[in-house]
Amino acid sequence: MRGPKANYVVGERLVRELGSWGLSTLRSMGHMFLFLGHSFVFAFVPPFKFKQLLREIRFIGTKSMTVIFLMGSFTGMVLSLQIYHTLRKFGSEAMLGPAVALSLIRELGPVLCALTITGRAGSALTAEIGIMRISEQIDALIAMALNPHRYLIIPKIIAAIIVFPLLTAIFDVIGIYGGYLVGVKLLGVSPGTYFSQMEHFVGMEDIRVGFYKSLMFGILVLWVCCYKGFYTGYGAEGVSKSTTEAVVMSSVLILISDYILGSLFIA
Amino acid sequence: MIQIINLHKSFGEQKVLKGVNLSISDKELIAIIGESGGGKSVLLRHLIGLLKPDKGKILVDDEDITRVNRRELDRLREKFGVVFQGGALFDSFTVFENIAFPLREKTGLPEDEIRTKVEESLEDVGLEGVEQKYPAELSGGMRKRVALARALITEPQIVLFDEPTTGLDPIKLHAIHRLIVDTHNKHGFTGVMVSHDIPEIYEVVDRIAFLYEGAIEVIGTPEQIVHSHDRIVRQFVTGSLSGPIQATHYTSGG
Repeated sequence: MRGPKANYVVGERLVRELGSWGLSTLRSMGHMFLFLGHSFVFAFVPPFKFKQLLREIRFIGTKSMTVIFLMGSFTGMVLSLQIYHTLRKFGSEAMLGPAVALSLIRELGPVLCALTITGRAGSALTAEIGIMRISEQIDALIAMALNPHRYLIIPKIIAAIIVFPLLTAIFDVIGIYGGYLVGVKLLGVSPGTYFSQMEHFVGMEDIRVGFYKSLMFGILVLWVCCYKGFYTGYGAEGVSKSTTEAVVMSSVLILISDYILGSLFIA
Repeated sequence: MIQIINLHKSFGEQKVLKGVNLSISDKELIAIIGESGGGKSVLLRHLIGLLKPDKGKILVDDEDITRVNRRELDRLREKFGVVFQGGALFDSFTVFENIAFPLREKTGLPEDEIRTKVEESLEDVGLEGVEQKYPAELSGGMRKRVALARALITEPQIVLFDEPTTGLDPIKLHAIHRLIVDTHNKHGFTGVMVSHDIPEIYEVVDRIAFLYEGAIEVIGTPEQIVHSHDRIVRQFVTGSLSGPIQATHYTSGG
């Protein structure tokens, strides 16, 4: 049987390990915030790198259009199909339009769009920055007295701020149209009802919520992905680990912040 | 002039530099040789401020690069050109864009002047007609030449070479060495080269510093190094497995 002294030793070790974990987590968070702060300085201090910004907008935005189109249309179609059968039980099929639109605009649009861009562009950006780090390209920039935050990081974050709300808007519109195809063309809801009820129930406030969320997710995703790439480990294994961590961390943070933002907006 | 004074650097428990002292004169071409993993590249990275020492000073023209603020460090970095081990060329840029990059970012030169300078520098390193190629389309030797052209384009006072011939066949190795000597003669920079190329390096540099166990063991002209009576230096330059340098990590490591 374990004596009180042994219990005390185990307890002390537990507290020490917990404290050490807490301190290291705090340190990592502080490091991440400093990284973001350092990058944002160059959003306001010239010279601005417009060419890099356009390149990032093309990479994160334009090249994500196909996948956003596919995700948006099928999300809207599935939503319409599922919601229609639930509403029919209550005889409220007329509410299909607002239900699809509100689900998309307030929640699913920003979240699924952010998760899709994380998978398509975020992972690639982490790998790109990581490879630049291990092949000394970032050191080469520093050696030329050029700040990598200005050249590599802030154009990506600003591109995300511009692109995420736009892609989310496209996702929402395509989703609503996908819902229309299933609800109206397949399930027989009247087109007038679908859109007029939507117009009645969806307000600017809902659009604003979706916009703020997408803006937040854009900063979050690019912040995590750039950070993980910038401080990648050694070799191919280090880059692969950073890329996985960036995608997992971004996805979890999207869902957590979605809940927090959702609660705040409802409150 | 570069003066390294009592430089110490550890990574965790591992002490890599244990009091390096070295003076490098203006326009001198010096090689730092030593065991693999012995801290040569670490020393080189300190010279450009990519690493901060735990203790010691590095004076570049009497300014301590380890103590200056970020802005002053950037000003001092403008005196340097660096040829990294793998070239460190930007993957997404063409050869032309890579070499033009420091000029576009650091000088207000008009584009036609930049074009002329880039073409001249490519001619200097014996590469013409590759301006529109990407680094991935070049051979190892060509990448090193482009890296050299990029390092020299801003006409730096000091050029650091981190193993500039790693992975090259003997002919390309000699060609890169020849190129370094020619560009050194033409531009008159101070050159610091980390190298493993013994004996080829003897014909390239003015002096050789031998880094052993975190400090400069011997420094001298190539002739002095070749005829050194120091047992450690003799073992290293002859590549013998028997001697004071422990060979266990060479043999057991495979």
